[in-house]
Amino acid sequence: MAVTGGAAVGHKLLSAGRPLEFSAEDKQALAAIQARYPERASAVLPALWLAQKRWGLISQEAVAAVARELEVADTDVAAVATFYTMFHLEPVGRHVLQVCCTISCSLMGADALVEHLKRKLGIELGQTTPDGRFTLKKVECLASCGTGPVLQVNEQKFHECLDLEAVDRLLDSLT
Amino acid sequence: MSHPLGVYGPVVTPPGRKPPILFGDFAAPAVETLEGFRAIGGYETARAALKDRKPEEIIEIVKASGLRGRGGAGFPTGLKWSFVPKASPKPKYLVVNADESEPGTFKDRELISRSPHRLLEGVLLSAYAIGAHQAFIYIRGEFAFLVPGLERAVAEAQRAGLLGKNAAGSGYDVDVVVHLGAGAYICGEETALLDSLEGKRGNPRTKPPFPAVEGLYGCPTVVNNVETIQTVPFLVKNGAAWYRGWGTEKSPGTKIFSVSGMVNRPGNYEIEFGLPLSALLEEYAGGMRAGYRLKAVIPGGSSVPWLGADQLATPLDFESVQAAGSFIGSGGAIVIDDGVCAVDAGLNLTKFYRHESCGKCTPCREGGRWMEVILQRLEDGQGSRRDIADLKSIAGQILGRSLCALGDAAAMPVLSILEKFPDEFEHHVTTGKCVVNRRRTAVERARKGEPVLV
Repeated sequence: MAVTGGAAVGHKLLSAGRPLEFSAEDKQALAAIQARYPERASAVLPALWLAQKRWGLISQEAVAAVARELEVADTDVAAVATFYTMFHLEPVGRHVLQVCCTISCSLMGADALVEHLKRKLGIELGQTTPDGRFTLKKVECLASCGTGPVLQVNEQKFHECLDLEAVDRLLDSLT
Repeated sequence: MSHPLGVYGPVVTPPGRKPPILFGDFAAPAVETLEGFRAIGGYETARAALKDRKPEEIIEIVKASGLRGRGGAGFPTGLKWSFVPKASPKPKYLVVNADESEPGTFKDRELISRSPHRLLEGVLLSAYAIGAHQAFIYIRGEFAFLVPGLERAVAEAQRAGLLGKNAAGSGYDVDVVVHLGAGAYICGEETALLDSLEGKRGNPRTKPPFPAVEGLYGCPTVVNNVETIQTVPFLVKNGAAWYRGWGTEKSPGTKIFSVSGMVNRPGNYEIEFGLPLSALLEEYAGGMRAGYRLKAVIPGGSSVPWLGADQLATPLDFESVQAAGSFIGSGGAIVIDDGVCAVDAGLNLTKFYRHESCGKCTPCREGGRWMEVILQRLEDGQGSRRDIADLKSIAGQILGRSLCALGDAAAMPVLSILEKFPDEFEHHVTTGKCVVNRRRTAVERARKGEPVLV
């Protein structure tokens, strides 16, 4: 899901408050990834995924760390980080709950499911529970239209054919 | 609204209907493993072809088969391949578009999950045909959980010498790289995908030049959908005439349709081109669930015009669906039932396109936003007749005026809904309410904590 030039403009990357550097092991892994591509800049996406895995979100310093490893401009990395929806630009909870609300899932009741989750967790869309456990987001079509409503936690396997009981059970299982 | 799990069950062909081609693989035990795939003769076609056939022969078979791209654009595959300049000193690349994000479509996910080796065999043959030594499988970020399975298949094939250097003992090298996206529908558009693969934001490019001439890193590149590539081994093994045993003269072969909505058996169905839409919905998808009536069908993914309940006899082939005013597209058949408000559905779709617009072209970026504002106003009961006229006018001004098809994709559903359900728009203006809206009713109940069947 892209952020348009017209919609939520002005993405300011947060500062992590300290410089960030990939570990020697990660640098080796990134070197190997870069070597697979005819041009190193292609490794920006895998590098950002690794940065998010290590540091939880893409901050200015994470961007700088990626730019250093790939020897590309900070602005080029920032441009990518702010375009793709799966990169977190703000702190998120341990379990990012992503509910598809595009047409097919909407027909199957996804919006009511989201309202239920808002009530249950006591948060609005985009917010995180005070205990840091859950962040709630609406996302676009996850390619699970035949088994909607569907919810993805972080980058894990989808939870499909959800109803309110099933989603309550899912939440209970996520510590 | 929980419904029986229709995912990844056995493939059942209704009586009197032709068996599937790609989905036939699923009947083989453990076909996602190299051992299971080889047990059904997997990789033999590629091995033999890379040894005994010239690349041009493979291109000719694909051309003669009439195979058209299965991702949404439907461009003749063999023709696309033939645009690659053989004499160019630049390296050639094959890119598999596994960015499946068209609302209503979930077929490539099943193919990748259940028969990854067939995809890799298709990659081998296609790369060889166009002279590429490296193939990238661009898979959407949300499919991250499918990557281990895909990587496992790649590793198995590599270890067995089927991929990589001297692929299948042919002397021809094919390296496969799985590249994970990070959330952007627009990256399913082939030129935006290439920009993304190059490490940039996913903005589409002007065409010409076409990717076959100037694509990835400025080199000749062929981008094809998963389903398209996965068809290639069957074409090479059995020939073009065999493939034309399915489908119609102008639409040969099969197409996987993903069916969703209030039907009894949502799921992926590989049908012969030419099958009437009603047969897909009744025979394969089990008809409407009790208590729901069909109002409309979006036959080919959210980007195509709607078909009305009076158009169910439409044969599902390229020319017939086009004559009916819509497109085959990705084959994502979304069934709209009579509990759905057409204006609300239009708003849902418009929000999607506005969200996913990369922002490069003014008509798409600004027009999409404007259409959303109007539809929201109509849905909130604050709309006027002027709004309806503006909506039609804006959608018409977006059509054909963007670098890529996203602009058209945003405009076409709106125009289609305006044309087919003018009464519902009128009702919103005169009463401030929807004629019917199951979704909204459920949301209001959920907000109050009332029990609601999801």
